[in-house]
Amino acid sequence: MSTETTGMTTTAEIPKTRGPERPSIDPHQSRRAWMLIAPTLILLTVVIGYPIVRAIWMSFQQDAALNPQTGLFESGGFAGFKNYTHWLLQRCGDTACPPGTNAANFYGAVWITVFFTIVTVAIELVLGFWFAIIMNGTFRGRGLVRAAILIPWAIPTAVTAKLWYFIFANEGIANSLFHTDIVWFSDKWAARFAIIISDVWKTTPFMALLILAGLQLIGAEIYEAAKVDGASAWQRFTAITLPLVKPAVVVALLFRTLDVLRMFDLPFIMTGGGAGDGNDTTTLSILVVQEIRSGFNSAAALSTLTFLFIFLVAFMFIKLLGANLSDDEGTR
Amino acid sequence: MATTVDSRAPSRTAAQPGESAHKPPSALWKNIRTYAGVAIIVIWGLAPFYWMVVTSFRSVPFTFDNTPFFTHVTLDNFQTVFSTGRGNHFGRALVNSVIIGTATTIVGLVAGVFAAYALSRLKFQGKNLVLGFVLAASMFPGVALITPLFEFFRNIGWFGTYQALIIPDISFVLPLTIYTLTAFFREMPWELEEAAKIDGATPGQAFRKVILPLAAPGLFTTAILAFIAAWNEFTIASQLSSDATQPVTVAIASFTGSQPHVEPYTAVMAAGTVVTIPLIIMVLAFQRQIVAGLTAGGVKG
Repeated sequence: MSTETTGMTTTAEIPKTRGPERPSIDPHQSRRAWMLIAPTLILLTVVIGYPIVRAIWMSFQQDAALNPQTGLFESGGFAGFKNYTHWLLQRCGDTACPPGTNAANFYGAVWITVFFTIVTVAIELVLGFWFAIIMNGTFRGRGLVRAAILIPWAIPTAVTAKLWYFIFANEGIANSLFHTDIVWFSDKWAARFAIIISDVWKTTPFMALLILAGLQLIGAEIYEAAKVDGASAWQRFTAITLPLVKPAVVVALLFRTLDVLRMFDLPFIMTGGGAGDGNDTTTLSILVVQEIRSGFNSAAALSTLTFLFIFLVAFMFIKLLGANLSDDEGTR
Repeated sequence: MATTVDSRAPSRTAAQPGESAHKPPSALWKNIRTYAGVAIIVIWGLAPFYWMVVTSFRSVPFTFDNTPFFTHVTLDNFQTVFSTGRGNHFGRALVNSVIIGTATTIVGLVAGVFAAYALSRLKFQGKNLVLGFVLAASMFPGVALITPLFEFFRNIGWFGTYQALIIPDISFVLPLTIYTLTAFFREMPWELEEAAKIDGATPGQAFRKVILPLAAPGLFTTAILAFIAAWNEFTIASQLSSDATQPVTVAIASFTGSQPHVEPYTAVMAAGTVVTIPLIIMVLAFQRQIVAGLTAGGVKG
């Protein structure tokens, strides 16, 4: 009992001792810090803050449309949640949206985006981990390997898209190498996997380098100690490597997940969102761009939904997996 | 009791020489495995890039020759890329990309240096809030900027101008520079700044004369990452640029070639080679710094 109460008092005391420390933050230093940060805050407010507020405002406005009663082109007014129900409940005016419209394609785009994200990130995680373990070993020619793995990362995504578009051409090297006759960009599954392969090629290096940075923080002594204690290679991997490298992996996963959720360039250039002539590779970002042509305000609602979705995923990631991003001593 | 201990002890010592006798072949096996893995990584990175370069030097009728080394070599494709027929302006697009990339990098670097210095060096309330804000900004989907900016730039007559492309690029370059620079600044020997102050330097002098030279490598690396990120941007530029201001990424994606109804594969590969060469040179020259910067900031370019 007595030990418990002493334990209680010490924990209760901690905020007390912290309290008086707070004013020790030098007010001059504080003012200098905010002055240094001011340009950044102003810039980010202009380039991100304003567009967010504006997009949210637009999303509650009605798009200009032909009024069937008056026969006139009427603009706007307050729309309430109409632009949101347009996407979420697939309502076009008072009826359900006919198939073929962007709204009818909304859940398809959500599904494709999530599918790309899960498959791409899963493959990248496994391959990236493997690459990182290889690169963490001792071998000659580190410079060559580092340069080679940076090439896919450095090539612009637009060029990556065109390069793999050529590789997957009907008479291209992919079909020739594997003696196949796949018409990659007219079959929807072939097109999806062509996009996934291209993305995995381009972004696995980033994953591998982040995981490698995590691996390099683990001291060799720990492995030696585990070896002496008779741990097998698999035991050393699961009991030492995985838990110690987890912070780096979680950050890499977070960045890559958020990246694929907003994927645009690869499918837009390789298939234009279709496969043949459908919408079988239309991601949420592509849908937003398609919708801009038919109405700013409904497009604003869709882009607001898209970024809310991405923030929800980011939030869940940070809460569930404990991604450590703003900690002062965190390994990033 | 004694016998069991005795029987255990020798078996343990006996196993060890057995293991060390086994070591040479297992080390060799490990080496083979490592170098096989290394070979896979090198092929992974280089093969598709190599294929792009080979194709860019291949004459059009042999587009699908599929021979894995240089055959039917020609420079025609590069000529096609830079010819201005059929609405293609690749040369101009290259200049545009340099302008947009340089301007974005300068803005991102200048604002980023101040912010990163405050975040890594100074104690103030709300630091985590600022870091969280910057992080949230880096997660922001570019496509969500397009709709409001499309309308806004059209209203004020900026649609298709350089500033209409530089401003949105700052949204992802600035968080990148702040994160990378903050990570670099945390590793710096700041005692020297204190020493300079003791010797009578003002905070501004200490920053300029002591800290900046020490920070130069980190600044340089961050500049490279920022420039590559801006150079590679496609999403926003594909919607907000005009023919006159479009960057290379958009020019390549919409390249029509010299013949109608013919997919200009070889010319596009030549264009891709031209666009990628400056990046490859940077990668070869600064690979160590780039890897350090990438993993320090944990932000993708």
